[in-house]
Amino acid sequence: MSVRQSILAILDQGPSYGYRLRAEFERRTGSTWPINVGQIYNTLERLERDAFIVKRETDTDGHVFYAITPAGHTEVFEWLRSPVPRPATTRDELAIKLALAVTLPDVDIDEIVRVQRMSTMSTLQQLTRAKNAGDDPDSTDELAWLLVIDSLIFQAEAEIRWLDHSRSRLARATAKGLSASENPSEPRRRGRPARAGAPIIDERTDDAEALR
Amino acid sequence: MTVELLRLDGVSRQYGRGETAVTALAGIDLTIIAGEMVAVMGASGSGKSTLLTIAGGLTAPTSGEVVIDGQWISAMTAKQLAVLRRRTLGFVFQDFNLIPALTALENVTLPLELDSWRSRDSRRAGLDALASVELADRAGAYPDDLSGGQQQRVAIARAIVGPRKLILADEPTGALDTQTGEAVLRMLRHRVDAGAGAILVTHDARHAAWADRIVYLEDGRIVGQTSAGSADELLGAGR
Repeated sequence: MSVRQSILAILDQGPSYGYRLRAEFERRTGSTWPINVGQIYNTLERLERDAFIVKRETDTDGHVFYAITPAGHTEVFEWLRSPVPRPATTRDELAIKLALAVTLPDVDIDEIVRVQRMSTMSTLQQLTRAKNAGDDPDSTDELAWLLVIDSLIFQAEAEIRWLDHSRSRLARATAKGLSASENPSEPRRRGRPARAGAPIIDERTDDAEALR
Repeated sequence: MTVELLRLDGVSRQYGRGETAVTALAGIDLTIIAGEMVAVMGASGSGKSTLLTIAGGLTAPTSGEVVIDGQWISAMTAKQLAVLRRRTLGFVFQDFNLIPALTALENVTLPLELDSWRSRDSRRAGLDALASVELADRAGAYPDDLSGGQQQRVAIARAIVGPRKLILADEPTGALDTQTGEAVLRMLRHRVDAGAGAILVTHDARHAAWADRIVYLEDGRIVGQTSAGSADELLGAGR
């Protein structure tokens, strides 16, 4: 979604054409989000369909220019002043992987966390190196690049902190002898424990009956 | 050409004896070359600081060999080792370890004075070192008149003054705010890029990320290493 809004925001600065829009997008975002020109033209088609931009003249080199409409200008304004929503539920593969792994028997969770931490740390090293290889930190282009790369650095750092936290939590759980692992072939007890002497109901049979 | 500044061969260190013996380091192999910064990470008690003091010749290993700038330190007398430390190694500690009664310049030039440098030469080298940490204008100030960040920069100037080849830093940014800490790391990085070697002990992932290589310690053993590769695959080749 942000490519569409970003292209619109650039067009809000004046009419432009596909290749130049791609170059401007990359320049303004520090080349951290590579997009191909096909994506740009697809985006322009959709923006035109939604009446946020209109096609203008074609120059002598064959560049088709697009200009923003008042509706497009309003869309940019609304985008810039609105917060970017964070998903309330996680689709993060790492979190799901760890959550699942902790329920599986004979899986070395500590090793999973350690390997992931080293991988993320390597990413953080690469980002830090790229950040420090920059030129003049006061130039507009460099500032845009630094904002984006700082965001990636903070995300990597946050992941490392979360991994450390998870490792401590797992160590405490292990020390207490807790385990979330469960054999799915074992019958799973739900609700309150059965009273002494009460008949034992096999839930697998119940579930199988319910499915018929 | 690769210039080896430090080598630890199978270094182990135990404290105590018998049943109460505690192993701080076990079988560490580590080499630092010129132009390389290595960060050492690990939980408290993993052996980070012991590794640093052994690398600096401040603590003797129980077994294994330490080679500093091509010299086996187990074959050296205490006096020879002290001279090697003074001439080759620079230490940076979290709590600065500056002498309150000496000015910034006097603190920086102290290792040179102890090494019998001529006063004029040591003053010039000291001012150069202070200039490299952007504190030449505070050369006459006493530590109490300097901010925490300035004191740490003086400590770094002391660590890099003269022909020091290897900088050993133990949580050098621990007492500093984010910006000042980053400035200190930038200075260390510049020094390393100019040909020094450095070991940086830290628990902070963002600070460790300044290193070329990160060594992970657990229970006195190296359990992994990562190196900084190219950022192209992460960020595209546009940068």
